[in-house]
Amino acid sequence: MDSRSWTSTCSGGTHVVGESRVPIKQGGDIITARQQGRALAAQLGFSSADQTLIATAISEMARNILVYAKVGEIIVRPEHNGKAGITIIAHDAGPGIPDINRAMQNGYSTSGSLGVGLPGTKRIMDEFLIVSEVGKGTTVTMKKWKT
Amino acid sequence: MRVPILKQGSYLIASIQDALSDEDLAQLQQELVARVGQARTRGVIIDVTALDVMDSFACRTLRDLAHTITLRGAETVIVGIQPDVAFALVRLGLSLSGAQTALDLEDGLALLDQHLQRGNTRGR
Ligand SMILES: Nc1ncnc2c1ncn2[C@@H]1O[C@H](COP(=O)(O)OP(=O)(O)OP(=O)(O)O)[C@@H](O)[C@H]1O
Ligand SMILES: [Mg+2]
Repeated sequence: MDSRSWTSTCSGGTHVVGESRVPIKQGGDIITARQQGRALAAQLGFSSADQTLIATAISEMARNILVYAKVGEIIVRPEHNGKAGITIIAHDAGPGIPDINRAMQNGYSTSGSLGVGLPGTKRIMDEFLIVSEVGKGTTVTMKKWKT
Repeated sequence: MRVPILKQGSYLIASIQDALSDEDLAQLQQELVARVGQARTRGVIIDVTALDVMDSFACRTLRDLAHTITLRGAETVIVGIQPDVAFALVRLGLSLSGAQTALDLEDGLALLDQHLQRGNTRGR
């Protein structure tokens, strides 16, 4: 497993869960990334239904990296400004998306797949931001807040 | 082989053990489709109880797999979709359209028995 994760301790002695980064280069990395995301979500106290939604969102974005950009990385980290949550960043330096509005439509796929990954993932997360530039790459930043 | 395939009478039972990679899923598909022909299989059960995530790829693969096995002349039932996974599938907007599902292995076997019995009676 070539993912890195670490934990640190606050001055008050509170256990703080850190961020972890998982490089995405092959199929097995998708599983590693979603396991990391689920583990962090569990530590943060998300319900098991939410843990599954978070793991599914990571799986979709990691697969997009693998299929369209070949390599990239998934970063998961806790969010605690005011409310508690989790942030997931999927980043690659691949070909980029020429028309994001189209890519966000249900059923739009350039690989003959279902075209559900991006719009579906946006539906299951609380915040979803996609930035993409042709020739530069794609970064999806998404958050889920604890309810 | 990551997924053991058991033969029980005229049925094949594939129990997905843990988080499968895309390659594992593709291999399962090839393996099952081949074995349906070899073993005079009437029904196939795919047990996904151990799957904690089902994304669009897994969903599409299972759907295609069920469809392919049907074309090969056997019936397929997907059993054991966990409550959280079912919830996530619906929220994502995915469905296993066309594929039969049952609560667990027992219900899946009962469903196949029922259908095949009906078929036999009609044949007599
Ligand atoms: N990281 C990426 N780099 C480049 N293009 C991308 C990337 N992610 C998505 N795309 C483009 O956006 C389209 C829509 O993506 P989405 O994940 O919604 O559907 P899909 O991957 O085609 O199918 P599904 O996810 O349902 O299997 C893709 O077909 C692809 O053209
Ligand atoms: Mg996709």
